[in-house]
Amino acid sequence: MDFGLTDDQREIQRTARELLAERAKPERVREHAEESRFDAVLWRELSELGWPGIAVAEEHGGQGLGRIELSILCEELGRALAPVPFLPTVLAGTLIEAAGSAEQRKRWLPGLASGETVGALGILRGGTAELVIGGADAQVIVLVEEDGAARALTPAQAEVSRVASIDPTRSTAQVDVAPDAGEALTGEVATGVDRALVAVSSELVGVCDRALEMTVAYVKERRQFGVPVGSYQAVSHRCAQMLLETEKARSTAAFAAWTADADPERLAEAATMAKAAASDGAREVTASAIQAHGGIGFTWEADVHWLYKRAQLDAALLGGATQQRARLAGILAAQTRASPVA
Amino acid sequence: MDLTFSEQETAFRDELRGWLAANPPDPRPADGGEEAEFAWRRDWQRRLYDAGWAAPAWPTEYGGRGVTPTESAIYFEEIGRARVPFAANTLGVLLGGPTLMVWGTDEQKERYLPPILSGEEIWCQGFSEPDAGSDLASLKTRATKRGEEWVVSGQKVWTSGAQYSKWCMLVARTDSDVAKHKGLTYFLMDMEQDAVQVRPLRQITGEAEFNELFIEEAVIPDANVVGGVGNGWKVALTTLMNERAGLGFALQIRLRQLLDDLIAAAGERGLLEDPLCADALAEMHVRCESIRLLAWKGLTDVERYGQPGPEGSLVKWLWSDTNQRLTQLAGDILGAQALTAGTSWSYELLRARGNTIEGGTTEVLKNIIAERVLGLPRLKVAS
Repeated sequence: MDFGLTDDQREIQRTARELLAERAKPERVREHAEESRFDAVLWRELSELGWPGIAVAEEHGGQGLGRIELSILCEELGRALAPVPFLPTVLAGTLIEAAGSAEQRKRWLPGLASGETVGALGILRGGTAELVIGGADAQVIVLVEEDGAARALTPAQAEVSRVASIDPTRSTAQVDVAPDAGEALTGEVATGVDRALVAVSSELVGVCDRALEMTVAYVKERRQFGVPVGSYQAVSHRCAQMLLETEKARSTAAFAAWTADADPERLAEAATMAKAAASDGAREVTASAIQAHGGIGFTWEADVHWLYKRAQLDAALLGGATQQRARLAGILAAQTRASPVA
Repeated sequence: MDLTFSEQETAFRDELRGWLAANPPDPRPADGGEEAEFAWRRDWQRRLYDAGWAAPAWPTEYGGRGVTPTESAIYFEEIGRARVPFAANTLGVLLGGPTLMVWGTDEQKERYLPPILSGEEIWCQGFSEPDAGSDLASLKTRATKRGEEWVVSGQKVWTSGAQYSKWCMLVARTDSDVAKHKGLTYFLMDMEQDAVQVRPLRQITGEAEFNELFIEEAVIPDANVVGGVGNGWKVALTTLMNERAGLGFALQIRLRQLLDDLIAAAGERGLLEDPLCADALAEMHVRCESIRLLAWKGLTDVERYGQPGPEGSLVKWLWSDTNQRLTQLAGDILGAQALTAGTSWSYELLRARGNTIEGGTTEVLKNIIAERVLGLPRLKVAS
């Protein structure tokens, strides 16, 4: 049993962190968020490096690596809050790869892998998908319905209206569709959704990690009553709690990413757990980050709020913690029926 | 990342599981109280010992199997899964023996290790005092040299199994003129002397797992100093580090079993369809699985990097908190059964309150995480 990353995976992580520290500095994130547009220069650079296609099969122009490698990138982009449509693009690709026909995969995946096509993934209810992340920039939108039906469409096949969410580091849109619009994806939709949940969870792990890092640095520096505020247990114990939530999210997300490649039978349970832990954890950790920063944390310039906002949107994406736990309870109930406890 | 067990590890698990299935302990004695229960656990230790299963983690030269940390964790998982009792001399096997292996002389190892393993001599731990809990180094029990022996007076508390013990791992102050951590010495004290009085400490469950020790001029030969005079703090830390290692895997499995039992009970009552109940149980499942993952991650870090990561404190914190929440949830789901005296659920509910105190309070664990993992400054306190 080994929880560690391979040397190659570590290298991906290190390269990504260094590159994003340079190219997605807080001021650049803020600038793009304030202008409500993604960073096209950075997106082109990441695309040239092959990031959007990291987990896409080589035959479709991707790097053919695994879900763990994809999770590493999601986490690093979450840490940096990079204002690029990476997550929505890989989510759309994930669904098309799992549920698309050979022809659909061949048609869509090369563009999504190269970054030339921006994707988006939304949940469709009654003909409307709300707060579709990346939806306003996407050339292909995948919509999943609660009964498991899924379809892919171009913006021309739907009515896409840009909506301002509380997180302007990425575009969001409302997508309205006619009942027969787009083309059905009839393959393994559930697997695709579960894999998508893992990617979102990993992004949230990065958000937690960054929020904790910023908070620890701040409470070491900030002095009141003559001592660093981080020396007060009311503050330091809050930071310990932030670490606990972060590690819960991290361990369940890592497990889920591993099952996606190595133990697919457990993927549904693992992905549900990961999304529940990451959604609750990230909302709590980023809220704590604002609180521990005090008044400055409530200001626009402090940049903590972007993490809080990203956490809120990602937590809701593909179903929040409550919804995940409801699904998990169903999985547990089925297991109980299958193997009654002696 | 590879979250599977190796063939060797799986073979080890299968062998142990097979042995436990073929050699179950006698049924728990229905009456006879704590004495009968202890005798039952002692008998169980003897059977483990005879089959070579008392302490697989001990090196072969001391009668163990010299297994890897992963296999040792598997051992405790299986012990938990089989719902067998903890062996009578668990403290001797998990704490006393490993401490002697690090700090003991050859004579001490030869004299003390075999009867620890067989359960012939039971060990207890004399660390905490009424005024020295989390601040252990402030302890006041004094040992004074008189010829070739030490004379000890003081009071200890939370001493599990003291009434059955032959030896006590005792930390006492041997020098009051140096900094508090430096004036301590680690002794092996013979419990079979009149100068040591054991008084059971009745806890909120009504039973007495723990005791108070009243020590008045007890005598300890100089040969029973472990790790040298004045070195007691370091020796005690070795003992404390072992406290959280193995047992955690058994406790985590027991928590999992409680949750499985509760899910089954909720199912029988049709409560899995109740959204609030389902939500709470699913949350417990996420917590249990996080504990399992963090515990295994901590263990593999030890194997890979030679030292534990921050997971140890996180796991103990999360486990104790979850056990408390789970047993309270059982009250919501099972109603009267969980609140009726004598039921296992009512026992678990009350016993769980100790989990966030024993073996490092949650508050101390948070301090450890804040200071040693996150590197936050320590609040200056009066020394």
